[in-house]
Amino acid sequence: MIRPLLIGTALAALACALPVASAETIAITGGTVWTGTGNAPLRNGVVIIVDDEIAAVGGATLAVPEGATVVSANGRFVTPGIFSPFSRTGIVEVSAEVPSNDAFAELSRYSAAIDASDGFNPSATSIPITRIGGVTRIAVAPSASNSLFAGQGLVADTSGGPASVTLQRAFQHVVLGEGGSGLSGGSRPAAWATFRAALDDARQFTRRYITSSEGGALGRVDAEALVPAALGRQLILIQVHRAADILRLISFQAENEDLDIALVGVTEGWLVADELAASGMPVIVDPFDNLPGSFESLGSTSRNAGRLIEAGVPVAIAHLGSDAHLARLVLQSAGNAVANGISQADAIKAITSVPADIFGLGTLGRLETGAVADVVIWDGDPLEVTSAPTTVYIAGVEQSMESRQTKLRDRYLSLEEGDLPFAYRK
Amino acid sequence: MYQRLLMGSAALACAALLAACGGGSEAADEGERVSINPDPYPSTYVPRPSATTLITNATILDGVGNRIDNGSVLIVEGRISAIGTELETPEGAVVIDAAGKWLTPGIIDDHSHLGVYASPGVLAHSDGNEITGPVTAEVWAEHAVWPQDPGFTRAIAGGITAMQVLPGSANLFGGRGVILKNVPARTAQDMKFPNAPYTVKMACGENPKRLYGGRGQAPGSRMGNFAGYRQAWAKAVEYKRSWEKYEAEGGTPPARDLELDTLAGVLSGDILVHMHCYRADEMVQVLDMADEFGYKVSSFHHGVEAYKIADYLAETGTCASIWADWWGFKMEAYDGIPENLPLVHNAGACAIVHSDSPVGIQRLNQEAAKAWSDGLRAGLEITQAEAWSWLSANPARSLGIFGETGSIEPGKAADLVIWTADPFSVYARAEQVFIDGAKLYDLNNDSLLPVTDFELGQPGEGDRK
Repeated sequence: MIRPLLIGTALAALACALPVASAETIAITGGTVWTGTGNAPLRNGVVIIVDDEIAAVGGATLAVPEGATVVSANGRFVTPGIFSPFSRTGIVEVSAEVPSNDAFAELSRYSAAIDASDGFNPSATSIPITRIGGVTRIAVAPSASNSLFAGQGLVADTSGGPASVTLQRAFQHVVLGEGGSGLSGGSRPAAWATFRAALDDARQFTRRYITSSEGGALGRVDAEALVPAALGRQLILIQVHRAADILRLISFQAENEDLDIALVGVTEGWLVADELAASGMPVIVDPFDNLPGSFESLGSTSRNAGRLIEAGVPVAIAHLGSDAHLARLVLQSAGNAVANGISQADAIKAITSVPADIFGLGTLGRLETGAVADVVIWDGDPLEVTSAPTTVYIAGVEQSMESRQTKLRDRYLSLEEGDLPFAYRK
Repeated sequence: MYQRLLMGSAALACAALLAACGGGSEAADEGERVSINPDPYPSTYVPRPSATTLITNATILDGVGNRIDNGSVLIVEGRISAIGTELETPEGAVVIDAAGKWLTPGIIDDHSHLGVYASPGVLAHSDGNEITGPVTAEVWAEHAVWPQDPGFTRAIAGGITAMQVLPGSANLFGGRGVILKNVPARTAQDMKFPNAPYTVKMACGENPKRLYGGRGQAPGSRMGNFAGYRQAWAKAVEYKRSWEKYEAEGGTPPARDLELDTLAGVLSGDILVHMHCYRADEMVQVLDMADEFGYKVSSFHHGVEAYKIADYLAETGTCASIWADWWGFKMEAYDGIPENLPLVHNAGACAIVHSDSPVGIQRLNQEAAKAWSDGLRAGLEITQAEAWSWLSANPARSLGIFGETGSIEPGKAADLVIWTADPFSVYARAEQVFIDGAKLYDLNNDSLLPVTDFELGQPGEGDRK
């Protein structure tokens, strides 16, 4: 069942009430199956789905249960649903049109209390576009706009259904380095002072707020919202790039072992790969990041992901550019990481089970018995830019492969004007 | 049709046209006339030494629709000397066995801001938009190009051999673009593509009206955008006429106006228009405006809705320089679809993959591959060899340099890329890059990996470490 992955919070359960599934068994046979766990692919593999769960995964000898709907994946590839570990998908419709963009809130008086799921729209046009690209789960982060605390992000599926939030308040997003400096008065030391004071406010909640609504760094509402992160019960996902900033964070984490921290960006991570590996903190990187775009990323290299993996750091891959609309390009990012030295198995793992594990959703992002049945069948090597999904299942349910883009395409496939204008083609 | 209007064939023609730009330099019958130097910042580009080289056993895409398996290309004195399957090895030639590898023309990006929005993206490097007025045809991108932008070296690792560096899209007329050879250099002049025409950047839609409208200035609407263009063209018509009158009749020379020099150059056909424009309806309005004032649009850039009016583009010989899949970041980009490029191509128009990005420019081959395969799935039967026209030949046409580069044909510059594998694969990398026959990048040879001044002594030293 899907329930264990919800980590038991009442709010999450509320957000994710499941429809009653009718018993259905699907057997996907004959494909090259990547399980998402870092293993070599199963040739001529079999994936058995019962209701919303993976019942079994194996080679050609795995028996197909009687009565199962058999889906042939001969000559095709099968992967877990792809998990985009960092995006703004579903909280932005048109980036530049402010009323349709819920990623930013520059004028808000709140920061850590911002909950992206309040703005998540399963009907956003980017959701089906992301889904038919093979991405079934998305981590969605608010953007830091008035404080180094961006607020809380969520994990959702891309079914577009009303219950598509997998985990509300999955993490608190924090921006350090140059970004955090700019949001904290102008320097890294100021950002660190703010960060420490805010954690202290949360740890001292409610005592510190009995006589005043203001803490050392946070108001009452933000301090209360930061309590789960400050007590290690909620992931803190920190954007950081410069090697020195990563080292600073590693020593902070060593002094605060109760905190659950993952890093995003991490362009100079390779310079401190061994220290990162020893810290145990997982990272989310974008293999497209290879330019010295700022003074905190002078060491950017396409080989960052490979070197981090080699050192033993758990690496998830994201597509950090165009994150509201093109989260599906996480596959292209992962393919480029392979071109720069990592294995295909590690690349697929970096966009399936590693992200799932980072967000504490261990039954997602893998094809193994008991996992949630997010499964994608591809017409070619899933990491190739020329490949595309042919079938997408989310929790065992086959998904529509239509999007606003496919409808626009079909409308204009022929420019021959008929008796009626284009508006009548739909 | 666009070959002709883009002056595809000739350096000579370009030079002649440039000489005619904004006033003749010939003495008329009444004596010496004042004339305008059309090329005051001339190219000082010099091809690097190259050996007679035979590349053999390659899978070749020649850039003009043909694929040759087990093919060879002979480079002599920096030019393509021959292409085929049965080439003899001249005595003393360097032979590169490209078995299992692919050979293509170098990729040409007709929309880059490298050098004018250089990395790192600090305030001091923000030189691409002269946002002090909506009509700034008088500014030239080349005057801001910083040759030490690390983006140039990343681009060559992606197989880019030439590019157009454009001003940004804040203004109705953003200024002149410049066409560069992607060679590391001390000066922009050392990179300038010899004898290439000048270009001018124009912009439709949201950017100009948002920027100036937000300041309470014109333009504040798409109506204002068009009024701004048309008023500027009307002035250019007068300016051009006054210079022509002076050339014919003498008298007091007209007062020099740098803005109108550029616009009159467009009206004379010497300067090519590259126009940022997303919406289908707006592009067709612009085509009417071009007719009204008697000029041609070389290419619409971004053209996110080009697929809706691909027939108009084909009919007018106008290119569309587009992304594979960007969409949604603003209202005029809302209707972007991944099949835009193949749909434009299929309509018989000139489709171009462009980057507008220091990241995207590093893998334009992958961008073409995405669009090509999405087209195939939609039933648009285009061969890979035809699709390569989006990366080299068509951008060269849009820039008026197709006579010189953009395909592997005898006589052209040996601007070539050897790929480790099929370049439409995500796993392929540019292995060796030749510009005018000189090998200026080799993935496997550290002495042929350039490092800009900026990156020298920094932790990554040019993504080499």
